[in-house]
Amino acid sequence: MTNSWTDIRNTDLVVIMGGNAAEAHPCGFKWVTEAKANRGAKLIVVDPRFTRSASVADFYAPIRQGTDIAFLLGVINYCIQNDKIQWDYVKAFTNASYVVREGFAYKDGLFTGYDENKRDYDRSSWEYEIAPDGFAVVDETLQNPRCVWNLLKAHVATYTPEMVERICGTPKDKFLKVAEMIAECSSPTKTMTSMYALGWTQHSKGSQNIRAMAMLQLILGNIGVRGGGMNALRGHSNIQGLTDIGLMSNLIPGYLNIPVEREADFTTYMSSRTFKPLRPNQTSYWQNYRKFFVSFQKSMWGDAATPQNDFAYDYLPKLDVPSYDVLRYFEMMHQGRVTGYFCQGFNPLLAFPNRQKITESLSKLKWLVTMDPLETETSRFWENHGEYNNVDPASIQTEVIQLPSTCFAEDEGALVNSGRWLQWHWAGGSPPGEAKHDTWIMAQIHLRLRALYEKEGGAFPDPILNLTWNYHDRNEPTPEELAKELNGYAVETLYDPADPAKIVLEKGKQVVNFSVLRDDGTTACGCWIYSGCFNEAGNNMARRDNTDPDETGAYPNWSFSWPLNRRILYNRASADLQGNPWDPSRKLIAWDGTKWSGYDVPDIAPNAPPDVVGPFIMNQEGVSRLFARGLMREGPFPVHYEPFEAPIANVVAPNIRGNPVARIFQGDVAQFATSEEFPYAATSYRLTEHFHYWTKHNVVNATLQPEFFVEISEQLAAEKGIAHGSWVRVWSKRGEVKAKAVVTKRIKPLICDGKPVHVVGIPLHWGFTGKARKGWGPNSLTPFVGDANIETPEYKAFLVNIEPTTAPATV
Amino acid sequence: MNMELSRRGFLKAAGVGVAGTTLGAFGFTELEAAQAAAVRPFKLTNTMETRNTCPYCSVACGIIMYSKGDLRKGETAEIIHIEGDADHPTNRGTLCPKGAALRSFVNAETRLKYPMIRKPGSDKFERVSWDQALDRIARLMKEDRDANFIATNEAGVPINRWTTVGFLAASATTNETAWLTYKVVRSTGIVAFDNQARV
Repeated sequence: MTNSWTDIRNTDLVVIMGGNAAEAHPCGFKWVTEAKANRGAKLIVVDPRFTRSASVADFYAPIRQGTDIAFLLGVINYCIQNDKIQWDYVKAFTNASYVVREGFAYKDGLFTGYDENKRDYDRSSWEYEIAPDGFAVVDETLQNPRCVWNLLKAHVATYTPEMVERICGTPKDKFLKVAEMIAECSSPTKTMTSMYALGWTQHSKGSQNIRAMAMLQLILGNIGVRGGGMNALRGHSNIQGLTDIGLMSNLIPGYLNIPVEREADFTTYMSSRTFKPLRPNQTSYWQNYRKFFVSFQKSMWGDAATPQNDFAYDYLPKLDVPSYDVLRYFEMMHQGRVTGYFCQGFNPLLAFPNRQKITESLSKLKWLVTMDPLETETSRFWENHGEYNNVDPASIQTEVIQLPSTCFAEDEGALVNSGRWLQWHWAGGSPPGEAKHDTWIMAQIHLRLRALYEKEGGAFPDPILNLTWNYHDRNEPTPEELAKELNGYAVETLYDPADPAKIVLEKGKQVVNFSVLRDDGTTACGCWIYSGCFNEAGNNMARRDNTDPDETGAYPNWSFSWPLNRRILYNRASADLQGNPWDPSRKLIAWDGTKWSGYDVPDIAPNAPPDVVGPFIMNQEGVSRLFARGLMREGPFPVHYEPFEAPIANVVAPNIRGNPVARIFQGDVAQFATSEEFPYAATSYRLTEHFHYWTKHNVVNATLQPEFFVEISEQLAAEKGIAHGSWVRVWSKRGEVKAKAVVTKRIKPLICDGKPVHVVGIPLHWGFTGKARKGWGPNSLTPFVGDANIETPEYKAFLVNIEPTTAPATV
Repeated sequence: MNMELSRRGFLKAAGVGVAGTTLGAFGFTELEAAQAAAVRPFKLTNTMETRNTCPYCSVACGIIMYSKGDLRKGETAEIIHIEGDADHPTNRGTLCPKGAALRSFVNAETRLKYPMIRKPGSDKFERVSWDQALDRIARLMKEDRDANFIATNEAGVPINRWTTVGFLAASATTNETAWLTYKVVRSTGIVAFDNQARV
C-alpha cells in the first residue's frame, strides 16, 4: 500500500476492483464502512461476481475477468474526453510533458521493437528525447505531438464506452456511471482510493492491470494524499516483509538486485546503477544504491567483505536468466534437472498451477524437505487418497523429510502489514511435541552444512564459512539480534565528513536510519528500507502508542512504518507547487518557507523547495511516470490482452493470443485450450471463512465451510441441467475436479463481443488433509503461465467445461 | 432476569463480602447461597496475556492471547483463549471468522510434533530425531552442492550458481526468520529462491 488501512477513513470514493475486501480482508474493510458512515464516501465494486463487497456498494458493475485494462483505459479516456483531469498535478508531478524520442509507435496491439520469435521487445525506442545537456526534453505547453500526454491521449482513444462494453461485457450505462463517479475525483478536494489484491495480480498481465489504475490515480491527482493511493491489500500476514527482504531469486533486501552474469565485477554492476537525475535539481534517491549494497554485503559477510575484494561481490550468485521463479523451477523439476527442494511454510501441491505437472515434478526430486506447523498436501504428495490424490507411492522415489515448526503463537518477531507497518509480536504458548522455531531450524541447517565444509572442504565454501554469525547462542539467534542486523550498525566508528573530529556514531552502535549508511564498508545493514526499526532508541516496531493527533489516521507512534516511519508514500505530492495542501482539510505536510513538516514524515528532503524538487524522489525524473519508458516488458502503456485461455478473440488485436511477451514453456502450449473445446470462463477466489489451505485444519472453520463447491449462474445451470446442491464435474485441458454446484444469482452471464459468456467460480480451500471434507483446488485446472514481468500465475481467468456427475468415491 | 448481575449489584451496594451467613441474613436460602459460592471464577483470571498479531491476512489485526503458564518464567504455556486487541488501531478489537477461531489453529489435531522421514517408495512417514533429520539434510545438500555447483562460466568469471536445489520460503514467518533464511540460503549459492508473494 502507498497508504494504510486506517487512512481509508479519509477517502471520498473507494474503488474495489481486483479484490474483495469485505470477504478477504474483513477487519480492514471496516475503514471503508467508516468512510461511508462518517464522511459520506461512496463505494464502487467492479467484479465478475456480485461479491459481499458488491452487496454493500453504492454502485456495482460486472466485468469479465481478465479485461480490467480495457475498463481502466476506458475510464482514462473518459476523463480526458470530459476534461476531468487534475491539471496542476498532472503538469507538475507526472511525465505528461516529457517528449518521447522519434521512432516510438504503437500499432495493432504492439509497440515498436517486437520480436515474435523471442516473444520480447527491443525497448530502445521507448525512451525520452535527451537534450545535449543530458536532461530529458519537456514541453510544458503539452503541444508537442510526441509528448507523453498526447501519446497517452491517442493510445486510450480506442477504449470508448462501446469498446469497453464489447470487451468487458460491462453494459455501457454501468460503465459510464462508474467513469462519472471516478472522474469527480479529479477535483483537488476529492480523492479516491484503489483497493486491489490477487484479482489484479493473478493474470498474465497483472502488473499492467495495476499500472493502468496507477495512471488513472495520477491523472486524478490521488497519489500521495490522504484517502488516496494504490492500495495492494496483499495476502499472507508477512507477504510484504518477505518481499521487502527479497526472498526471491533475483533480489537483495530492500529491492536491490542480484547481479546477472554479464555483470562480471562490481564496477560493471554499478555502472548501470548510477541513477543520474533526468531533470535538473531532482533527488533520484537511488543514487545511494552503492551505500545500501555495500552495507548489505557487510551484514552478510562482515570482515570477509573488504574494499580489496569489492566487498565480497563474488560471493553472490550471478543469474543467467531473469529469475528462477517457481514456474521456471517446476518446469526444470519436470525435466528432471532438480535434485532437492525445501518448502518452508508453503504448500505448492495446492498453490501452483497445473497440479498434475506439480505432482509429476515433485515425484522426480531425489529429496524434499518441508517445514510447517501443520500437515500439508505437499509433504504427503506421495500418499494415495483415492480420487483426491491418485498416486502410486511405490513408484515415487522421493525421500521426504517433514520438519515440525512453531506457529505464530509460539514465536516472536515482526510482521509487515499491507500498510508497511512492522509490528512486533510476542510468544505466548509452548510449541507442541518437538516443534521448533524456524530460526532454530535454519540455524541448524547452516551450522551443520558449515561443519561439513570445515571438515571436508568442497565446492566454493567461502560464502558459507564466512557468513556472519555473531549470535550469543549460535544454535538459536534471537529475533532481537536478527532485527538489529536488519536495522544496521556501525562496523567502525563513524566521523562527520564535514568535521573529522566529530563522531557521528561509535563502533558497534545501531544506526539511527539509512541516511547514515556508507559505501566504504564502515556500516552494515541487512535491509536498508527497514533501517530505523531497531536503533539506539530501542525496538521501534514494538511501540504501542495508539494516539492519533487530529485523527488523521496516521498513528505515527504505533509500531514502525518503512521507510523512516513514513505512513503515506509520496506525501510531498499532497501539496501544490507552493507547498500548500491541495485540500486544506486533508493536510499531510506543508512548506513553511524553509522546511516541510506536518502529520507525516515528509517524503522529500526537509529543506527541498517545493517549486524546484519533484515529489517522486525515487525516480530519476522527480515526477511519476504515465509513460513507463522501458521498465515494463509489454510496453510503456498498458494494452488490453486477453487471458491465454479466453472466451473471445482479442477485439483490439485479433492476431495476438494472451500477452505477447509472457514466457511460455514449450510443453505447456499444447495444454492451452480454445473456447471451442472449453466454452466457460472460470475464475478462482477465497472465502471469508477460510485462509488458503490452513484453516481446513481448524475445526471451527472446517465446520463453517466444510466442503468444496463451485458457483454458476441460474442460466448455465438450466442449460446444463445442473441442480443446486448436485454434483458436477469441472474440467480443463489439464485436469478435473468434482464439486457441489451452488447455483446463484451472484453470477450472471455477460455479453462479450456479441456472445454470451458464462462464468464459473471456483474457491480454493480444500485438499486431502485436515478437518474439512476432502476436495480439490482450482490449481488442478489452471494454466502454467505467469505475468510477463513477475511471473505470478494466471489463476483468475481460464477456460473449463462443466457437466453433472455423481459423488466422488469416499476414501 | 439475570440473577448473577442483580446479586452482584446488591452485594456491592450492601458493601459486604460473599459469605453464606451474610446472604442468609439478607433473606437468601442456603441453596441460593451455595449456588452463588459455586459460580465459576472468571476463566481468564491468572492467565498470562500476550500481544500478538493475527497470522492470516496482511491486515494484521492485533490479538491478545491468554495462556496458562508463563513462558517468561520458563514455564510451559498453553493457550486457552485468543481475542481481538481493542487497543489496536486497525481492528480495534474486532476479528473475522478466521481470526476469531485462531485457538483452534494453535491446537489443531494436525499440528506437527516430530520430525518424520518418508523413504523412497514407502507409503508412510516414520519418526526420526532432529539430529537424524538435520544431519541427513546437511549431507544431502553438501553431496549435491559439491557435485553441481557452478563456480565460474566459460570466461572464468565467478558465477557461483547452485541450480539443482531450490528453496521456497514462507510468507507468514517473521522478518527475523526471513532474514536468517535469506542469509543461510544465499550463502549456498541457491538461485531458485522464491516466496508466496509470487502467487
